[in-house]
Amino acid sequence: MSMELLISISVGVMTMAGVYLMLRARMFSILLGLTLLSYAVNVFVFASGRLRIGMPPIIGAQHTYADPLAQALVLTAIVISFAMTAFVVVLAIAAYTRLGHDRVQPDREELDR
Amino acid sequence: MNAQWLIVPVLLPAVVAAVLALVRPLALQRLLSVASCAALVGIAGHLLASADSGALTVYALGNWRPPFGIVFVLDRLSALMLLLTALLALPVAIAMSGGEDERGPFLHAFLHFQLMGLNGAFLTGDLFNLFVFFEVLLIASYCLLLHGQSAGRVRAAWHYVVVNLVGSSLFLIAVALLYAMTGTLNLADLAVKLPQLHAGERVLAHSGALMLLVVFALKAAMFPLFLWLAPTYSNAAAPVAALFAIMTKVGIYAIVRVYPMVFGATAGEAALDLRVWLLPPALATMACGALAALASRRLSGIAAQLTLLSVGTILAVGALATTPALSASLYYLAHSTLSGALLFLVCGLVSAQRGEALDLLKRGVTMHQSQLTAILFLFAAVAVTGIPPMSGFMGKTMLLQGSASASDAVAAWIWSFVLVTSFVAILALMRGGIVVFWMARSSQRTSDTAPVPLIAAALGMVAFVMALATLAGPIKGFTDATALQMTDTHAYVRAVFAVGGRP
Repeated sequence: MSMELLISISVGVMTMAGVYLMLRARMFSILLGLTLLSYAVNVFVFASGRLRIGMPPIIGAQHTYADPLAQALVLTAIVISFAMTAFVVVLAIAAYTRLGHDRVQPDREELDR
Repeated sequence: MNAQWLIVPVLLPAVVAAVLALVRPLALQRLLSVASCAALVGIAGHLLASADSGALTVYALGNWRPPFGIVFVLDRLSALMLLLTALLALPVAIAMSGGEDERGPFLHAFLHFQLMGLNGAFLTGDLFNLFVFFEVLLIASYCLLLHGQSAGRVRAAWHYVVVNLVGSSLFLIAVALLYAMTGTLNLADLAVKLPQLHAGERVLAHSGALMLLVVFALKAAMFPLFLWLAPTYSNAAAPVAALFAIMTKVGIYAIVRVYPMVFGATAGEAALDLRVWLLPPALATMACGALAALASRRLSGIAAQLTLLSVGTILAVGALATTPALSASLYYLAHSTLSGALLFLVCGLVSAQRGEALDLLKRGVTMHQSQLTAILFLFAAVAVTGIPPMSGFMGKTMLLQGSASASDAVAAWIWSFVLVTSFVAILALMRGGIVVFWMARSSQRTSDTAPVPLIAAALGMVAFVMALATLAGPIKGFTDATALQMTDTHAYVRAVFAVGGRP
């Protein structure tokens, strides 16, 4: 039970921090927020296969077993979110060099252009 | 038909994209890209012909038996979407060869990665695999949008990327919730397992399903998650914006694929009434799209807002989930994809010939090929707004007829919204046309001509739209059969589980 509590609290805290950071109007904060959110999601996907300790993910090896599919899903999700984060970092740098700042709101003169 | 044909629409663009990334000479890239898109049209036509028999073709990847492995399922709906994508991709590949691909590397390669993601999303019968293909098509679309890298594009791309990444996170949460409750992500298996859930589990599965609906609504740009669409589409290069005409339709496809089948009548107590969740926001989308079209300051802005309007129209009627309504919204989906793409290509023609003024709604110089451009614009406008004799008129008539079978109150709402927003769309396009074509300074003429491939692509799109109108009867017959097949959960489940292979 304590394991479930720990996991759910950490998912909740990471989501909360991620959402807070994403609501800031700075690209760097949003980037950190997206990363935290994807961590929370990965842990959540992992927990969707139920939390079991000391059990192999193989049917028939022991009386009970851990669900390997949730682990496969989370691996895929980690790879994809990693690639997307890398892309967003590059995009943020490109935006910074072109716009000269990392604010998300356009300036007055940018709107007029 | 050999079931292995199903993997070809995904493999071909993947391989061609990899080759395109390595090939240097632009002429060779263009040839390869256009040839591969033409081949895709042929393959999609072959798949459509075989799906038209009414039989479902199922391909178990790696020969892993469902529900353990991933399956590709070809039915009429998938085949229709595949053919639509291929028909859109061919003129887009030609239009990209008109100089847009000189502004940066890899444009054709990204186009093919996008096609790979689109085709995979239309074929897969597994929710997590759908997520993966969504990511493939999204990352390709980020790169396509950023192509050329003006400051406006970088800013539009930032919003688009962040919004979609948050959407992807929600997608994963929804998928995890459904998996935790049912232990499966195969669509056919989900349809079997959902009615067996207890009341407590059903609540969680429903939250997952509705979160999934939020994600699909975000991809489809439904109210209130539509604000990313207009800046993205109006900032993209013309051929890219034309290709993006299918992107919102992926969200619509996902909605009509998953909900009528998995959460439809066969789900028993786990059924979800789509009308409650989709109809009010879809009507709001129509209102916002129509009003924003009037307020747009660019021709491509009007085109983007009219895309929004068409999304709202399709979802409002599709939400009824009856066979005539689904059939009509499928025909309208095909029409709005092709005619929307045509309008974006015409915007590209206009901005190529007006120098500094681009496609902004202000007085500019007379275009070099103003007559040709104006006629193409007229065709596009007539088709998009639904004036006879083009396919938009047929589509809207079908929508009105299809929604008439619903209860009187619902039909009244849909009829009034469809008719009033059509009128507003006519006003918006008239305003655009008057400013761009009639208010031009006749004393000044530019010598800028639009690239020939772009004109050829626009003419090709006109041919497709006209074919859609002249062949409306047979196509409606096909979409009728499609709508029947979409709600036939039992046949889908039987076909998927009939596939043998390793357990």
